[in-house]
Amino acid sequence: MSEIENKTENGSTESAGEGTTGDTKDDKGLGLGVIFFIVAFVVCFLSGTLLFPKLLYSKKEQPFNFDHALHVDEAGDCDSCHSFREDGSFTGIPKLDTCLDCHSEEALGETEDEAVFVEEYVLEEKEVPWYVYSRQPDCVFFSHAAHTQTAGMDCVTCHGHIGESTSLKPYEENRITGYSRDIWGKNIFGIKKNSWDRMKMDDCAECHKEETGHKGYCFQCHK
Amino acid sequence: MKQNNNKAHKFGMVIDLDKCTGCGSCMVSCMSENNVPFKEDESNKKDSITWMSVYKLTNGKSFPDTQIVYMPRPCQHCGGKGDHGHSPCVSVCPAVATDYGYDTGIVSQIYTRCFGCRYCMGACPYHARYFNWWDPKWPEGMENYLSPDVSPRMRGVVEKCSFCYHRYQAARDIAYYEGRDDIEEHEYQTACTTACPAGAIVFGDLNNPAHQVHQIVKPDPHPDPRNKHVVGKSRNPKVFRLLERLGTNPKIYYLSEREWVRKAGDNYLDGEWDKIKNYHGATLSND
Repeated sequence: MSEIENKTENGSTESAGEGTTGDTKDDKGLGLGVIFFIVAFVVCFLSGTLLFPKLLYSKKEQPFNFDHALHVDEAGDCDSCHSFREDGSFTGIPKLDTCLDCHSEEALGETEDEAVFVEEYVLEEKEVPWYVYSRQPDCVFFSHAAHTQTAGMDCVTCHGHIGESTSLKPYEENRITGYSRDIWGKNIFGIKKNSWDRMKMDDCAECHKEETGHKGYCFQCHK
Repeated sequence: MKQNNNKAHKFGMVIDLDKCTGCGSCMVSCMSENNVPFKEDESNKKDSITWMSVYKLTNGKSFPDTQIVYMPRPCQHCGGKGDHGHSPCVSVCPAVATDYGYDTGIVSQIYTRCFGCRYCMGACPYHARYFNWWDPKWPEGMENYLSPDVSPRMRGVVEKCSFCYHRYQAARDIAYYEGRDDIEEHEYQTACTTACPAGAIVFGDLNNPAHQVHQIVKPDPHPDPRNKHVVGKSRNPKVFRLLERLGTNPKIYYLSEREWVRKAGDNYLDGEWDKIKNYHGATLSND
């Protein structure tokens, strides 16, 4: 046998040997790849659902706690405090003057929150800097009169059962846009179970389409 | 659910060019009403933004026959060919940042949707659209004087006259609150209309015969038999629209006693004007 033949023989056996060992290596790689994929997916999925919202939203506490349920019991329906002006515009969060219709420099109850309210705001004659959960971006026009007066909708349809709550949740602000988390909704995937879960343009359009047969022209809700 | 099922509005304007003195009150009131940013050098017309702009026209004759007319030009809120709502700008917008409100006849502009391609500016035959080359800069403290009813614009988007749509919304708010079905003529008037000291601008619903604007314009509801794209041609011989023969069907009508002013509303070839000058829509046409 010549050297060359030897070499080719050895070479072929070598290559064959490599081939078989290579196959087993590939299988191993595939298994590892699947495991790696699953692990990476779980890590990404969990960080996306648990970590991402924390990164995206900053939490801010309200100046002091407000008990809606208690006030509804004492003062009556939503519109005792959240009312319309004579020009048809909506007052939204009441100003200090409205609170002073009932409250005074002497506390009505015994809660710590009222003490803060009286000390820091009533005595100082300062407006309470509430964070507004439902504040829409600057480019949005919304008429409360059209929805509650003319269309006869309930506050709950959009605002949920906030009137039955005894405490205020922390306000979550989107770090990029500056909007309240209530616009996108609590669910990071944007899944909506109740009509008040989120309040994006699509949600407005969806209801308009159902109730009026048309999504509406741009200027109906934009300014 | 109760809805407003009234007939659609078609808001429009007549501007009496014989009354206009060119004082510029409409321009100023428009800028302050709509948070229009002003520039360090307002004379730089490539940069400055004027939703309402007053043009100066002359009859080209020398003294003592010289005559001058000032022509305020807001967005014309075109109804497009056949008045079907295909305005030149709306048709070309790739982002649906501008649409035609079939309930009001008003062409919208949504700043948050616009990405600044400026196709609409190219499409607009009236130069009514403006581009924000820069972010608005207000003198210190002046932010507090901005109107909360109009959202300010950022650099990179197009803006234009909205017929003070926020005033329409405010008027409707009162109507809703008081349980009325519709608004009164005087409840919705644009800033330029109310600011004009000469009373040259009349604003209202072109579809409502009770409104002054309808009574002056007497719009022809049928398409013009000479050009089927033109709808709403005025049957008032003193009233004309800008570049009317294009068929853009603007909702801004101009009024003048003077023939040379009416002729200045379009580009006429030799002899064309004489054929057209006494033609005022099919209904009252003499020929």
